[in-house]
This record gives sequence, structure tokens and C-alpha cells, in this order.
Amino acid sequence: MPKSAPAAEDAGNSASTTTTMMPGAELLLKALEDEGVEVVFGYPGGAVLPIYDALFKNNKIKHILVRHEQAAVHAAEGYARSTGKTGVVLVTSGPGATNAVTGLTDALMDSVPVVCLTGQVPTHLIGNDAFQEADTTGITRACTKHNYLVKEGAKLQPTVIEAFHVAASGRPGPVLIDLPKDILMKEAPYQKDVIRAAATARYRPATEPDPAAISAAVDMMIRAERPVIYGGGGLINSGPRASKLLTDLVHMTGWPTTLTLMGLGALPASDRHFLGMLGMHGTYEANLTMHGCDLMLNLGARFDDRVTGLISGFSPNSTKIHCDIDPSSVNKNVAVDLAVIGDATKILEALIAEMKKRKFKPHKTSLDKWWSQIEMWRKRDCLSFNQTGSIIKPQHAIKRLCEMTADSDVYVTTEVGQHQMWAAQYFDFHLPNRWMTSGGLGTMGYGLPAALGVQVAHPGATVIDIAGEASFMMNMQELSTLSQYNLPVKMFIINNEWMGMVRQWQELIHGGRYSESYSASLPDFRKLADTFNMTGLVARSSDELEDVITQMLDTPGPVIADIRVAKEENCFPMIPSGAAHNDMLLGPEDQAEKPVSEEGMVLV
Amino acid sequence: MKDTSVIERHIMSVLVDNEPGVLARVIGLFSGRGYNIESLTVSETDPKLALSRISIVTSGTPMVIEQIKAQLARLVPIHAVRDLTEHDVAIERELALVKIINHGEERIEALRIADTFRARTLDSTLDSFVFEVTGNSSKVDAFVNLMRSLGSVEVARTGVSAISRGNNIDLEAK
Repeated sequence: MPKSAPAAEDAGNSASTTTTMMPGAELLLKALEDEGVEVVFGYPGGAVLPIYDALFKNNKIKHILVRHEQAAVHAAEGYARSTGKTGVVLVTSGPGATNAVTGLTDALMDSVPVVCLTGQVPTHLIGNDAFQEADTTGITRACTKHNYLVKEGAKLQPTVIEAFHVAASGRPGPVLIDLPKDILMKEAPYQKDVIRAAATARYRPATEPDPAAISAAVDMMIRAERPVIYGGGGLINSGPRASKLLTDLVHMTGWPTTLTLMGLGALPASDRHFLGMLGMHGTYEANLTMHGCDLMLNLGARFDDRVTGLISGFSPNSTKIHCDIDPSSVNKNVAVDLAVIGDATKILEALIAEMKKRKFKPHKTSLDKWWSQIEMWRKRDCLSFNQTGSIIKPQHAIKRLCEMTADSDVYVTTEVGQHQMWAAQYFDFHLPNRWMTSGGLGTMGYGLPAALGVQVAHPGATVIDIAGEASFMMNMQELSTLSQYNLPVKMFIINNEWMGMVRQWQELIHGGRYSESYSASLPDFRKLADTFNMTGLVARSSDELEDVITQMLDTPGPVIADIRVAKEENCFPMIPSGAAHNDMLLGPEDQAEKPVSEEGMVLV
Repeated sequence: MKDTSVIERHIMSVLVDNEPGVLARVIGLFSGRGYNIESLTVSETDPKLALSRISIVTSGTPMVIEQIKAQLARLVPIHAVRDLTEHDVAIERELALVKIINHGEERIEALRIADTFRARTLDSTLDSFVFEVTGNSSKVDAFVNLMRSLGSVEVARTGVSAISRGNNIDLEAK
């Protein structure tokens, strides 16, 4: 069957009884309702006034008014990642759209389903440099999975249907619909019983794995003596069932398992097969297991440079199986021996079924030997630290936060930098969709608006933004939003008065020349909380820490907890840029011995 | 995996929805990811289904070529991608319009060479010709180079258009 652009179905010859004419803006909201949209994060402006007018009369869709369009996208991301639903953003033309660009790029890099509706100047003014005009589809072409400019009312409904389909199917991502104001004002045809199949026909990514590939994968798995499972964000995006199946697979095989930053929570952190996160700030045991394995089973991870380190030294002696929903992820960074294309849940189902059929048994002797080697690596206790004296170690703060919330279902977001890596290392996740962090793009300022979105989706849950003071200040205008909706987000600021990761790199790589990385003129975070009608707390020494955490968790509304931590603590273990997995810095004593190579210095 | 260091030239055909921005998506993909475009031609080939066919000549290592195909295939308005260089020899043709301005012996020589290359004369004045030459890129290159040695030359080339040999259909709409 030929696929065609989202067509106006038979809207033109609309004698059909199911077609009703209504203003574009109203139609848009109806189409959103049809997609199950309950919440929209947005900010009004001239070009979207018709939509806001329609929203005024609508009682099914809740609008959350953010304070900056970037935050609207991050909030939608937080909403999407904690629920598995598609997040929706509504912003105006020109600056509204350009402000959303960082969020869209973030969603693209981390494969988050988001639909962003942008206003546009009326069609007859497009191209005239009209007030608040920007070439939004041009600007966002590279930072969306797909985008649309709706130039005919008849295309409005099919476009919305296709946009939601594209955002959530295959490898998810952000989709933008640019809506000229005249399209929103004019009457457009709405079909009640629209044929969805037709509107979604042209985008049908494969999700069922090829049985031959599954069989080949099991062949390889049967032969494995030193295996590792390397899981990523694809497991989370596939839905909670993938995480359950992963746990089953791990227990069937007894294989060691590591997860990427995006995959945390896919296997409970308490599982003894879990080696911790891998990569640049991954654990010693995870990275050495990856380096020394003879079979790598990659499930929904993409061999990101933060994971692989030096490509030529990446797991040099292993057979690699790459399971991914996106064929373009295969053989992009690392050449693999077998690709299995499909949805993680379906791949895991098929793998487990095939293994059962073939009565899969792991190689007991070699696996035991492999595990005893891994236990030796584990004994290095690479995440150990010494909390002595009154100065709070950042690792200790996060570890205590994790321990003190262990009994409740907690959602954690982070900003970007040292605190993010410490959160990944010291906070334990037992379920998927509980950990929202900006992985691919590394967007400082992500955590607060993302937490806002998570809290909107889960009003009763404990939502914590583990933040750094510098990142926090990048989107702290959202305190006003938290206050307006009384969203009880707990902001746990690891305050070391530095852009910590920048400072760390300057120390390790740039001779300790701390160029522009000091957070001067910081606000008093308690007073800041006060001005936004929320609670502010501060912990200056280790004996104050637990009281502050307890108070923070017990206070009903939003809380800013300013945790003053050791200022010059570095994040270890660390694989310096340009080094391989077996070339890690484990702590300060390693730094002097291993200067970073020149090739490494040019890498980010 | 194949040898990953050899740079190969590939011709790809891409069937796309003829909608605004589709060419920008393809070109943006190439520039954004640092792939080469040696030539690119596009035109509507099926007005009824509003489909266009893009022919792209690109070069890269086998890993990059594989990436290009996978990256193209995941764009929403793209129906199908076919690497015409992968399995069989594709028929590739390019058309060039070559204007030459010259006199006397060189003018006669230009006409003789044009004849050898089966170029057609589309326009003539007392001191110029416009030739139309069709062939694969190396034939067009050879013709243009010869003309350059015989006078002032201006060239307009279409870029490569290609289709596979045999009785199989390269690209079908989904």
C-alpha cells in the first residue's frame, strides 16, 4: 500500500457525516485529547493566543505555566520519562520557539517522546521577517526527530496524529508542529472517526526482531565464557516490562550486568549481578568486566563515547551483539558482530524463549572463574570515600539521601556535572522511570524543570532534584512555577561553589588554572526559597546533614536544601579522555602518575 | 567487518515524499554528520503519489556508508533507500551542457571531439557552441577537459542519476 504524506483524508469533499468544522485552535485541543494528552507545559505569546483562548474554555487539558520555554521542554521530558507517555509543550513563535531549541536537542539526544507545538506568524506573512517570526522548522530540523509546518487547516488533524505517532514509535524523540496563526483561527475539518492507520502509515519502524538474528545471538551466548550484559536507555524507553525481562535474563544466565547512565533502574541496584554504571565515571568492576569480556550483549545502549573511552582499546577481545531499535546506532561508533534490530521488550522475550527452547545453561566453571575475577575487582571498592571531620563530602550527602529515602518510591532528577555523576554512583535505583538526567546533551539546568514535570505527573511522590549550585542557577526561574502550583519538589543542592566538573578538568588537564569556573556571588539559597514562599534549609557541617535531609523530606511543600560540601572533591573513578577502560584513575593518588595524553586533551 | 579504512564511492537512490523541506532534511543530515556529497539530483518521479527520487553520489568508509543508509532510512518522509553500488553495477548517467567559445582550427577540433563523444550541438554562433553530452561522470569529465584545452568553457552539469540493471525494481513506496 502506498504511503503518503499526512493527507487531508477526504476532508475536501466533506459531505461525510463524521466531519465537523471548527476553528483550528479548538481542533488542535480536540486532537490532543484524542491522543490522551492531560497536561501541557507552555508559555503564551501573540501567535498562540487562539490556542490559549481555546484552553481557557477547555476543562480536560491542564496547562502548566512555566517561566521559560526551555524549562517547558525539560518539564515535558521529566513528565515523559517518569510516565512513559508523550510530553507536550506549547510555546509561541520566534523567541518562544528558539528558547525551546535546547530542550528539543536534549530530548533528541536522550530519545524522549515530546511533541512541541509552536505558534507561527500567519501564512501570508511567512518569509517577510514579521514580528516574532523565526524559521522554526528550519531551525529545529536538526534537533527534532521530525517537524511540520501546517499550511492548510485540512492537514491539522492528520498532522497531530502522525506527530504523536512519530514521537512515541521506534526510537522515541521530539516532534515539532509549527502552527501559523491564521490556521489556528480559520475553520478546519475535524473527523471524529478518523482512520488512524492512514495517518500513521508512512512511519512504521520495525520492532519485531528477526528470528534468525535471535537464534544467532543465542548461539553466541551459549559459547560465552566471560560474558557481560551492557544495558542502556532503550530498556527504559521500551517500558517497565523490558526491565522485568532483563532481570529474568540476568537470573537465567547469572551473567554480570552493567548499565549506562540512561539505563539505571533497569536492573535493581541491589541485585548482586549488577556491577554499577560503566563508562567515564563508571565503576572499576564494570569497566574492567567490559574490557575483559569475551561476549558483550548490548541491550538498548549506543556505545556512546562516554561509555567506550578510547575506541581502539574498547573491549578488544569480545564478540559483540548489539540489540537496538534504531538501525543507525549499529556500527556507528563500534563495529559489532551481530545486530538485532527491534524493541527491547520483544527482543528480550524472543531471546528468553529461544534460550528456554534450547535449554540454555551458562558455562558453570568458566562463569565461576569470571565471577571470582570480577569479585577481585569489586574488592577495590572504587566508590569508597572517607567522611571524616565536619566538612560534608558530596558522596556522603548523596549516599545518606539515598539511604534515608530507601523505603519510599523516589523520583530523582539531576542537573549536569559532578553531582550528577555522584548521584549516578551513590543513589540506588530499583525501578525504571525513577531517574531523569540529561545524558546525551549534558544540559545544565535540566534537573529543576524536569523535576517539575515529574511532580506534575506524580503529585503524591517524593521528587528530588539533586543539583549543583551552578546548574541550579541556569533555570531557577522555575522556582516561581513550583510555588504557583505548590509542587513539592525537593531541591538538594550539592553546593561546592564551583562548576565542579569544569574545575576538575582544569585541575587534571589544564594545570590547575581555574579559568572562570568559580561560582562567585551565589545567592543565599535560604533567602531565595523565602522569596518564592518555600522552605530553605542549609547544612554546613556533617552533623547537620541528616537533620536537613529529614526536614527536607518531612516538609510538605517545595524545599531548597543548600548542602555545603567539600569544595575541591573530585569525581572518581575516572577514565580520562582518550584512555581505555583498563586505564582508569581511581583516586587523587592516581592523578600525578597518569598525565592525560595530548589526543585526550582535544576530546570533550 | 570489512576493511574500515578504504574510502569507497557509492551511488544511492532515495525515494521520498515530495513535500516542503524534504531535500533540506537530506542535505542537513549530510552536512550535520559530516558526510560527503559529490553530487545530488532530485526531481519528482511519481506525481500521483507525490514521490521524488533523489540520487546521491557520496564517498566514505564502509562503516560511514552503512551509517548514511541507516540515517537516511530513519527520516520520516523517506520511503526507501537503495545503495546502487552495493551489489551490482548500476547504470549511471549525467548530462552536461558545455558552452565553448573559440575560433578557427580549435573550433573545428571541438566539433570533431563533440562528434566522437556523441555530443549534440544545441546552439551555435560564429564563435561558440553549446554541446549536450550524456554519459557516466568520467566520460563527462573527459569531454569537459578536452573542451577546456580548446577555448573558454562554461559548464552546467546535472549530477548523476542512476538506476540498477536487470528486472528488479529499486525502490518502492511503502
